[in-house]
Amino acid sequence: MTSVGATFDDLRRLVRAEVRATVVTWVGPASDPAASDAPSPLGRRLIVTSAGERLGSLGSTEIDRRAIAASAEATESGIVTLATGEGEIELFVELLQPPPKLIVVGAVHVAVHLVHFAKRLGFRCLVLDARAVFATAERFPHADELIVAWPSKTLEQLPIHDETYCVFLTHDPKLDDPAIAVALRREARYVGALGSKRTHAKRIESLRELGVADDLIQRIHAPIGLDLGGRKPEEIALAIAAELVAVRYGRAE
Amino acid sequence: MHDILQEIDRWRGEGRRVALATVIRTAGSTPRPLGSRMAISDDGQMAGSVSGGCIEGAVFEEAREVLENGVPKRLDYGISDEQAWSVGLSCGGTLEVLIERLEPEGAAAPPASDPEST
Repeated sequence: MTSVGATFDDLRRLVRAEVRATVVTWVGPASDPAASDAPSPLGRRLIVTSAGERLGSLGSTEIDRRAIAASAEATESGIVTLATGEGEIELFVELLQPPPKLIVVGAVHVAVHLVHFAKRLGFRCLVLDARAVFATAERFPHADELIVAWPSKTLEQLPIHDETYCVFLTHDPKLDDPAIAVALRREARYVGALGSKRTHAKRIESLRELGVADDLIQRIHAPIGLDLGGRKPEEIALAIAAELVAVRYGRAE
Repeated sequence: MHDILQEIDRWRGEGRRVALATVIRTAGSTPRPLGSRMAISDDGQMAGSVSGGCIEGAVFEEAREVLENGVPKRLDYGISDEQAWSVGLSCGGTLEVLIERLEPEGAAAPPASDPEST
């Protein structure tokens, strides 16, 4: 059987499609103990997507089977060693994760800067506002998606997963509050809302009236952002971006 | 990976050969996580990183050889390896990197192995 590893194009396609997958790469030894005259197996890849699609092979169905079994237990990327009749094989198991998603509700000035920072930090950025005059492609050429619609309704329909971060910046409780309620109920990883302490106190009242439980309300990051002291829109955006990173790596809850 | 795909696509679109270096093992304090990648084109361009800048130069040199002969390499960098590789990590950690040459763009995808066929 002559099988070859998955190509870089396979890997590239999956990364572009933001698919969850496990990439298993042969990283040692430099020659295949079962076929020592073959080209170096270093870099030979087997990819298994979360949908079960399989691309390429590490060289034999037996090794593939064992590699898949070993990598199914992996909770983080790292090297796995397989003992075979011909010797040990080292495999680099890499968990391919889709990028985190940032949903910015409120296409305000801070949002323009926030999307800049968040894009650089690897977030896919979606901007959402009911007000067409704010949410324009001219203001947000850098956003991955721009949606002009009522935020709470749209948030009900968008995919929200454990790597979805929601930031509320509209300054308008009519737009913000029902949408915040949706983000909290759908368990977005992060919910942050702009506004003074007084604004936030009123927001808590209105969320309670909307039937949101107190333990969910407590999850709101308000005042939003790490305390960097700045007041300019770009400084506030940086403080929010910094908080997103801190939450992502478990340094702020 | 996302961060360097655009450059890799551009280089390959221009018919350049591209090598990819991937961090496959780290120990101690290292500046870049597992799976961090750096791409090197055969006309000497670079994208991404595998450390905080300590070993990129050395990886770049190794990658040129991989680009030349197509033979992949696994390399070990650490503070105690100054003799072997003449570079070390200032942070005191060690890391291993796999360098491979990417096949030309559009290379036929091999058939997935089928457990029932053998």
